[in-house]
Amino acid sequence: MIGAAVGDVVYFSSVSGNTARFVEKLGRPASRIPLHASEPPLQQREPYVLIVPTYGGGDGKGAVPKQVIKFLNDEENRKHLRGVISAGNTNFGSGYGLAGDIIAQKCNVPHLYRFELFGTPDDVRVVNDGLDALWRQ
Amino acid sequence: MTRGDETEKEQDMDTQDTQTGSAFDEIAESPVDAEQAREAIEAERDEVEAALGAGKPQTEAQQRQHRHNHLVQAINWNRIEDDKDLEVWNRLVNNFWLPEKVPLSNDVQSWGTLTPEEKTLTMRVFTGLTLLDTIQGTVGAVSLIPDAITPHEEAVYTNIAFMESVHAKSYSSIFSTLSSTKEIDEAFRWSTENPYLQRKAEIIIDYYEGDDPLKRKIASTLLESFLFYSGFYLPMHWSSRAKLTNTADLIRLIIRDEAVHGYYIGYKFQKGFEQLTPERQAEIKDYTYSLLYELYENESKYTADLYDSVGLTEDVKKFLHYNANKALMNLGFEPLFPSTVTDVSPAILSALSPNADENHDFFSGSGSSYVIGKAEATADEDWDF
Repeated sequence: MIGAAVGDVVYFSSVSGNTARFVEKLGRPASRIPLHASEPPLQQREPYVLIVPTYGGGDGKGAVPKQVIKFLNDEENRKHLRGVISAGNTNFGSGYGLAGDIIAQKCNVPHLYRFELFGTPDDVRVVNDGLDALWRQ
Repeated sequence: MTRGDETEKEQDMDTQDTQTGSAFDEIAESPVDAEQAREAIEAERDEVEAALGAGKPQTEAQQRQHRHNHLVQAINWNRIEDDKDLEVWNRLVNNFWLPEKVPLSNDVQSWGTLTPEEKTLTMRVFTGLTLLDTIQGTVGAVSLIPDAITPHEEAVYTNIAFMESVHAKSYSSIFSTLSSTKEIDEAFRWSTENPYLQRKAEIIIDYYEGDDPLKRKIASTLLESFLFYSGFYLPMHWSSRAKLTNTADLIRLIIRDEAVHGYYIGYKFQKGFEQLTPERQAEIKDYTYSLLYELYENESKYTADLYDSVGLTEDVKKFLHYNANKALMNLGFEPLFPSTVTDVSPAILSALSPNADENHDFFSGSGSSYVIGKAEATADEDWDF
């Protein structure tokens, strides 16, 4: 491992806070993409993994939260992205974790994992182990 | 207008005055301070909102006042107090569908391949789901309206209530496409006589008619996110065997709606829960788990009663555990069932979501079989790098 800062996680979470709760359970250093446009934009200058909830359902329109699009429109932010993890609900069918698929394709990074709502203890373990392994590569 | 006309009009009004009596004069003569009245209404509204927010039961007078205040307050969608209301409203509107759009008649041939026992099971499962949707449409979602904190929240509940009625009606579309009047009547008779189905309806309706807004939301979320799933299992099972696939498409639309409903009602529950004292939070949390146990016990018997004949009971129960965990998470509580009893068969999960196959995950599957970016291009116009 190169150092804790390298293993950084960037995430977005709406006011319902499911993704924030998952990230909290990981217990890793993490930065939250601001909810409101009035807040100063987040700038990430180290390699990171993005954890993002999926919005909408079904047709895929609006699946990636606007705030995340804004964050990724900053080329510097995009440059350090190493992978994406998506949150969602299998009840949304092919829309489950769709935001992760879209970001993976647009940014040419692997879609590392999907979890539902705020994740089970198993999800937390798999993601923590997976992130450790990813930063060792 | 001539002078003569005016005189005639005055006379008409005089006649009316004598007819309506003195009550009108009394109101007209009492001094009205608009500012004072507005302040009084606002103060009462604040008081009611504080009580609702803290999950306190309302008095009859408060409920009346609450309804009245919202009546005098026109809903302004340009002034949103909780962004979630608008977000969920938009999502529900975008998800809107009607059963007539699903080509159910393509399933007629497939229906013919089911055994008589399988047909009976399917009919019963769907009448059971019809009952739950009927309750949620006519009692459940409607009972949440007086507890709403914002006028937009009320509007979302009216959308939810209507869609539940669409769901209830869509089962009738399935029935009329696949089955005879005699079989349909038989299945509805079964639904009124099955003790476990009736018990489940009874438990839920009890809380809807109770006086605790937070407990109503708990009951509602458990219905939306847990109680439907003993039924939803079967069309997913048929779909995984390439049977009744159009019916399964319709059920997936219902499942998608219920997921948004459970998420939203659960979210509103959490907003109220946050404001409680730690003691009351502990009490509400205990209550949630004990209600879940009560429903689960009944649900296990209902499941065995339905699925023992086809040998699926154990797998359905795993699906129940899996969904019970998600219902708890919608309410903000930790999942209850360990992963050893939530390992739903992969065929069912795939029928629910093609993305649910964990072997496609980079972390848990084999990395070599992993393909980057399976998604099609999206329509997000401002996604412009």
